[in-house]
Amino acid sequence: MSYYNEMFEGDRVRDPYARLRDWVETMPDDFRQMKQAEAEALFRRIGITFAVYGEGGDPDRLIPFDMMPRVFEQAEWRRLERGIKQRARALNAFLRDVYGRGEIIRAGRIPARLVYQNEAYEKSVVGVVPPRGIYSHIIGIDLVRTAKDEFYVLEDNCRTPSGVSYMLENREIMMRMFPQLFRNNRIEPVDQYPDLLRRTLESVAPAKCSDRPTCVILTPGHYNSAYYEHSFLANLMGVELVEGQDLFVDGEFVYMRTTTGPKRVDVIYRRIDDPYLDPLCFRPDSMLGIPGLMDVYRSGGVSICSAPGAGVADDKAIYTFVPEMIRFYLGEEPILNNVQTWTLWKDDDYRYVMEHLPELVVKEVHGSGGYGMLVGPKSTTEEIETFRLKIQANPSNYIAQPTLALSTCPTFVEEGIAPRHVDLRPYCLCGDRIELVPGGLTRVALRDGSLVVNSSQGGGVKDTWVLSE
Amino acid sequence: MKLRISHETVYRYDQPIRNLVQSLRLTPSVFEGQKVHSWTIDVSGGIRGPGFRDGAGDWIEGWTVRGPVDHVTIRIDGRIDTRDMAGVLRGHREMINPLTYLRDTSVTRPDPALRDLAFGITGTTDQLDLAHKLSAAVSDRIAFRPGVTQTGTTAAQALALGEGVCQDHTHALTALARLRGLPARYVSGYLHSTIDGQAHDAAHAWAEIQVEGLGWIGFDAANRCCPDERYVRLGSGLDSADAAPIRGIAMGTGAEELDVSVRVEEMPQ
Repeated sequence: MSYYNEMFEGDRVRDPYARLRDWVETMPDDFRQMKQAEAEALFRRIGITFAVYGEGGDPDRLIPFDMMPRVFEQAEWRRLERGIKQRARALNAFLRDVYGRGEIIRAGRIPARLVYQNEAYEKSVVGVVPPRGIYSHIIGIDLVRTAKDEFYVLEDNCRTPSGVSYMLENREIMMRMFPQLFRNNRIEPVDQYPDLLRRTLESVAPAKCSDRPTCVILTPGHYNSAYYEHSFLANLMGVELVEGQDLFVDGEFVYMRTTTGPKRVDVIYRRIDDPYLDPLCFRPDSMLGIPGLMDVYRSGGVSICSAPGAGVADDKAIYTFVPEMIRFYLGEEPILNNVQTWTLWKDDDYRYVMEHLPELVVKEVHGSGGYGMLVGPKSTTEEIETFRLKIQANPSNYIAQPTLALSTCPTFVEEGIAPRHVDLRPYCLCGDRIELVPGGLTRVALRDGSLVVNSSQGGGVKDTWVLSE
Repeated sequence: MKLRISHETVYRYDQPIRNLVQSLRLTPSVFEGQKVHSWTIDVSGGIRGPGFRDGAGDWIEGWTVRGPVDHVTIRIDGRIDTRDMAGVLRGHREMINPLTYLRDTSVTRPDPALRDLAFGITGTTDQLDLAHKLSAAVSDRIAFRPGVTQTGTTAAQALALGEGVCQDHTHALTALARLRGLPARYVSGYLHSTIDGQAHDAAHAWAEIQVEGLGWIGFDAANRCCPDERYVRLGSGLDSADAAPIRGIAMGTGAEELDVSVRVEEMPQ
């Protein structure tokens, strides 16, 4: 399999990386090691050690930071941006539809069963239209690149995608360590993200809110692996970071306890999952939520971002229908590709997958973090046969995809610099406008030849640049 | 029938509680079989919060009691006209797709015995006929007997026990119907009197099964009948917890004691 190298085409350096070449090639080894140690010390000091994307693992482990940036030129980014925004619009249109009349199902474009019997489909919010009809306000779309102009979406994250603090901190640290680089390259900023996020949240305040909306971030608490990110964003946005016990329902609204008395809350950016939001509506044993919150939400007294029930749009089974959503709701052709997906509960798909295991990637339907998956081409015959037995025991628990030729970026390794595989998660904001900060989180598989970028499986992170014109 | 309903629920706390939040589904459904004349909900010391009709067509009302209080009384007083619709929920406006009600919950999850019972009924291709047979099977297999089951008893447990109350009959019937691919739900409400004329005087529950061409149809397996003019429908859910007329959580640590009295009387014409 050949891989697209984002920096080199043979011996030629591609345009976006032209100015980085000298920087890399003239960097003395001891200087590089010194800087690497400095970066690590900075990350430790700010305390950003949590696992990306709720992958679990040791919460105090530092995720390796690679100093070699990943670079997009303006034209490449523009196309990506159009594709991401298109997807974000379609996903929100889908949510509006399936919690309303379900036209896409009536039209026979998506099987009813996949939606209405989906665990993430939330019966209690049927008919509730959130402000501006937006259900998913922060969408993290995971992408991989396979050629100059070829990008594939691996998954959409419509609930509470994490990792944006890495996008901001990676940039911050690069700027602090290599100010010269930022003078020599015209790099689009990403530090407006917290302001845009706040603006987005304020733009979806409920109609009953007449003043400047009060927004809060609701966290499960400091035991959560992404707690750092919650407090980081609250700080940068200038909003309160609250836990369930800091909020309460009184009459028609939700209030926050403050030293100067109760203060009404209009928009809750929640970083806790649906089942824990409100013990009166969901899990009665949840201690994290706010009793009565859902009644206030359903009667239009508060906005919740993302809206309860938004998860039905990013389910692995629904994923295969996103191109269909784009055609159905927007009347457009998808700009970004979906990865062909075989669902093993279908007989034909099952047969095909079992015959082609050595070529495919097989994932658990509800798995994440790179656990419980098979990367056919990178596995031994024995590993493949062991996995085959697991699939046979419970076929409907798996989906399969072709092994994608993930692009590589030059990465600092022991021996110097070498190509390593990368993915990308940009963060799209949806409110009165749809916004995309030019950048995102690039994850890199630090092990030679590895296609698994998850931090729990030896992945690291990089700063992601978008060059100005 | 013209019915008058007086329903009083008293919670007594051994330690005073604060910030009680309730979500009440205590208002009759709007459909051709019911017409409300007057209906009041009152929560002692409470502030009326949000009121709205949800996707299932139920009227939900939130209440908060700031406290501290050592008891809370929820009082319903209402007058309603009911008509016999042979169990058919006609003219009920709701938005939730029936397929949503094919989902199991922890109390309706089938075990092999429920499976055997569901698929033991053969020789019928008509959904309505099948629904009647499933309901009759539940009536046959679970005898009405109060006090042997609890709130958390599952459909499987009730079937194994062979005894239970309306909640158990309803869980079992929803489980069976879902096994046979028929959307089914738990309905909570009031019942004036059982078929033999015995006054009921307790909250009641029955199942609704979705039948193609007819929509939702009620089946009361505990009483071997379909709901008629003796029934008052309040709301529905996937199981008893999801359809609960009263849900509440308070800040406080003490124990609570519950007193419920329901009177459903026929009014003179």
